Amino acid sequence: MKTIQKQAQALLCNSLLASAVAALFATSALADELNYSNKLLLTGGVSQVEGAAGGGLTPWAVIGGYGTNNEVGGSAHYTYVKTGDYKLDTYGFTIGLFDRVEFSVAEQSFDLGKLRNKVTAGLGADVFGRNQLTQTIVGLKVRVAGEAILDADTWMPQIAVGLQYKDNDETDFIKSAVIGAKSDHGTDVYVSATKLLLAQNLLLNGTLRLTKANQFGLLGFGGDKHDSYQPMLELSAAYLLRKDLAIGAEYRMKPDNLRSPANDLLFGGANVVDLKEDDAFDVFIAYAPTKNISLTAAYVNLGNIATVKAVGADYGNQEGVYLSAQIGF
Amino acid sequence: MNINIKAATATLLATATFLMAQPAIAEVYAQNPNLGNTPMEGTATFEAFGGKEGLVKIMDDFMIGLVADPRTKPFFDNNKQTFIKAMLVEQMCELMNGGCKYPGRDMKASHANMKVNREGFNALVEQFQFAMDKHNVPFSAQNKLLAKLAPMYREIETTTGDAVAPVFPKTE
Repeated sequence: MKTIQKQAQALLCNSLLASAVAALFATSALADELNYSNKLLLTGGVSQVEGAAGGGLTPWAVIGGYGTNNEVGGSAHYTYVKTGDYKLDTYGFTIGLFDRVEFSVAEQSFDLGKLRNKVTAGLGADVFGRNQLTQTIVGLKVRVAGEAILDADTWMPQIAVGLQYKDNDETDFIKSAVIGAKSDHGTDVYVSATKLLLAQNLLLNGTLRLTKANQFGLLGFGGDKHDSYQPMLELSAAYLLRKDLAIGAEYRMKPDNLRSPANDLLFGGANVVDLKEDDAFDVFIAYAPTKNISLTAAYVNLGNIATVKAVGADYGNQEGVYLSAQIGF
Repeated sequence: MNINIKAATATLLATATFLMAQPAIAEVYAQNPNLGNTPMEGTATFEAFGGKEGLVKIMDDFMIGLVADPRTKPFFDNNKQTFIKAMLVEQMCELMNGGCKYPGRDMKASHANMKVNREGFNALVEQFQFAMDKHNVPFSAQNKLLAKLAPMYREIETTTGDAVAPVFPKTE
């Protein structure tokens, strides 16, 4: 039953994405060019890993797409993250309405096949039963005050509030004794403040997020250590080298909710399955050759995700590459 | 935690009052009510633009771009081009502390006979960036001037709907 539901969900998401992309190109090709894409280059940010407009890891207060307060904008993106022992694929789309409201959908697929193989070999039993953990993220963001780009003579930033509803498909696994998540779905709520210090070529963002999500929600929500909302701070700084090129860095606090129930059940309380969650950071370069395309490359460090030293899966510090491409108008 | 709540509140209030009072705007009116912003300190940016001579060349190409761009053409494809360019040179020159005195009207008055939206405002910024790029003005210097100009959107933009081209009174 769950499999059928999953397939239907994936199919729905794929067809949604396909029609969004088709609509995107149809409208930008057919419509009067005067009424689209009049936001300045790169000022709509790029697609962050959960689908909202922002940096790589963090939502910003900007509204996605190149639509002004008189226009509709939109984009579709694909993001590939490869760390030492894991892989994450994300694709999705974002719609921006009148530089006020942003709606986004993203589908994430997290590959832990390498860990599964180690654990299966070590235990002689396939307790994972899958290589991928997938989730769907639906996001909504509303700009409530300020103008990040043009208000260059005040300290007042652009401020937006947002939420991200996350629905993890792997209910059985993430709530199993291996992981011990308390729920397979959750909603992050955040407020972001973004300011372009134009005379200094510097963009700053701070986001405060209330969340229960473990590893962005890929390992479910809540756990044996914590099962309540906690505030997490996310910071970004970007330096503009040219109007089409920016470099920057981000830091994202993440909660540390999980303690594998298997440690008590099977290993006498020893921390054999180590699910300690660390903060994440990245160093990125973003390039927008035109308003229709932006490319982001980053070094990303996600810290520990899941380590099982007893079976040779000493996966402590997960660092690697982040590559993202976005098309839109 | 031993935070002096009273002092913290006072600081917060003072900060809020400072932000809301926007002393920058008060200064502008003391300086030159029509300029649109306070001039820069120092002349490094002015020099990066090639001085007044450089500004004149940039404005010539800027105007060509504005007339070629369908988004800005309705506002600039008229017999005011020479006047507008001269005004822009004086305004930019004064904002960059180049020793000029902008003799024109304030931003509200000078845009009263038209309706400008964000699309038009941003289109103008893009054409200005092209012109500055063409004359090799360093990106950093471009942004120092744009930071002085960008806030003028508050006076220049008068609609979030369709743009309306300027209407000039008939002269005999």
